[in-house]
Amino acid sequence: MSGIPVELGLLLSLVLFVLGLIGVLVRRNLIMILMSLEVMLNATGLAFIVAGSRWGQADGQIMFLLILTLAAAEVGVGLGLALQIFHRFQTLDADSVNEMRG
Amino acid sequence: MLALILFYITSAVAIFATVMMITRLNAVHGLLYLILSLLAVGVIFFLLGAHFAAVLEVIIYAGAIMVLFVFVIMMLNLGQKTIEQERIWLQPGIWRGPSLLALILFVEMFVIIVLGGNAETGQVVNSKQVGIALFGPYLLAVELASMLLLAGLVGAYHLGKPMLKATRSRGHS
Repeated sequence: MSGIPVELGLLLSLVLFVLGLIGVLVRRNLIMILMSLEVMLNATGLAFIVAGSRWGQADGQIMFLLILTLAAAEVGVGLGLALQIFHRFQTLDADSVNEMRG
Repeated sequence: MLALILFYITSAVAIFATVMMITRLNAVHGLLYLILSLLAVGVIFFLLGAHFAAVLEVIIYAGAIMVLFVFVIMMLNLGQKTIEQERIWLQPGIWRGPSLLALILFVEMFVIIVLGGNAETGQVVNSKQVGIALFGPYLLAVELASMLLLAGLVGAYHLGKPMLKATRSRGHS
């Protein structure tokens, strides 16, 4: 029998995801936005692990592996973009990049 | 019962570290708390019986990806003010919160190892099952993940190259 109820695991995952979402919406520093995105991806991975542990299947951990590769690729490209933005605008403020007229 | 208590403590650590992360004004301080949040989630993976995922969480998330963040933060702070900035970042007191959280997680792992408390953490899915499934029915997904990583590598190199060139020429002149 499982020592940890599946509802609690999913609740923790939900709380972490919402915290990451709040971070993405509130913070304007690009590095902090990327870090909050990491928290959100991590929370979804936690949900998969909880479900995999509930059913005793390996699929949850495989999904976590795929999320891990996604996070690695996303961070690489995102940090490259942050470097470019800092290089061009000399700031990391996400609002300063707003150059579209419309 | 032990697993449940440990789960509550670790969840509190993870949520507290995440809240501290999104409220820090300084990116490096936020990074410290983010590492603690990822480590706490790793402990939760261990408690849930996903040992392989817990190891990967610590090695790749809290290790490799955080090193990327540290590199970029340090690259963006090239300048005369760097030394003063480092001094401000390293002022005593900043490290106390993350250290306390890390100590809590360490004590939890110690308790798990000494008392053998992982016996009651439910269904353990060991790395052998994961490997068999990964290179059996999920082989195509592994190939797609490798393609994704290659695309990320090429994209990051392409985006970083002009910046590197500019830094190099600035260093020569």
